[in-house]
Amino acid sequence: MEDFFLALSLILGFFVLLCLYRVVRGPGVFNRIVGVNVIGTKTLVILALMGFLYKRVDMFVDICLVYALLNFISTLAAAKYFQRKGAD
Amino acid sequence: MSVLSILFLLLGIFFFFGATIGFLRFPDFYSRMHATGKSDTLGTLLCLIGLALYNGFSLVSIKIVLIAVFIFVASPTATHAILRAAFDSDVTPWTKDGRVIREGGEDKSE
Repeated sequence: MEDFFLALSLILGFFVLLCLYRVVRGPGVFNRIVGVNVIGTKTLVILALMGFLYKRVDMFVDICLVYALLNFISTLAAAKYFQRKGAD
Repeated sequence: MSVLSILFLLLGIFFFFGATIGFLRFPDFYSRMHATGKSDTLGTLLCLIGLALYNGFSLVSIKIVLIAVFIFVASPTATHAILRAAFDSDVTPWTKDGRVIREGGEDKSE
């Protein structure tokens, strides 16, 4: 089962690299914000899987919760900050 | 229970795969949001529920389900906020024949 979790983490890391292309090259600032949001969501699942790999789920679940909250808040703040006419 | 957990995790990875492909391949900002906003939420939910099923009934599972509920509420809200900010910042939607369509918002033509 741990090999399965490790394989899932590697696949998710590959997806994060694919999304990083859109963050680096994506036209405009809003594509980048969405890319960071998507990468944060994937990182949340990778963190939960890491907890099962290291057998410290009780610690990693709290880190996951904080990461979800920070991802949400930072997305809202960035969306508010970059909202103006002709920002793209 | 382990088989059910593996099934949930693989379904979640499948939805993540769809979200990533849509995010890379779709032509403009709004269709990219359409791909990521829904598939990413569902993939996270399925993965977290699969992990909670694998862990069994304990305090950690309750916390994982709590994170899933929070993602279920917060992720569409964040998607909506970015979309509203982009629409108010005059990001033009993509059309097949290149026409400019803007319904709602402020009309700037006159």
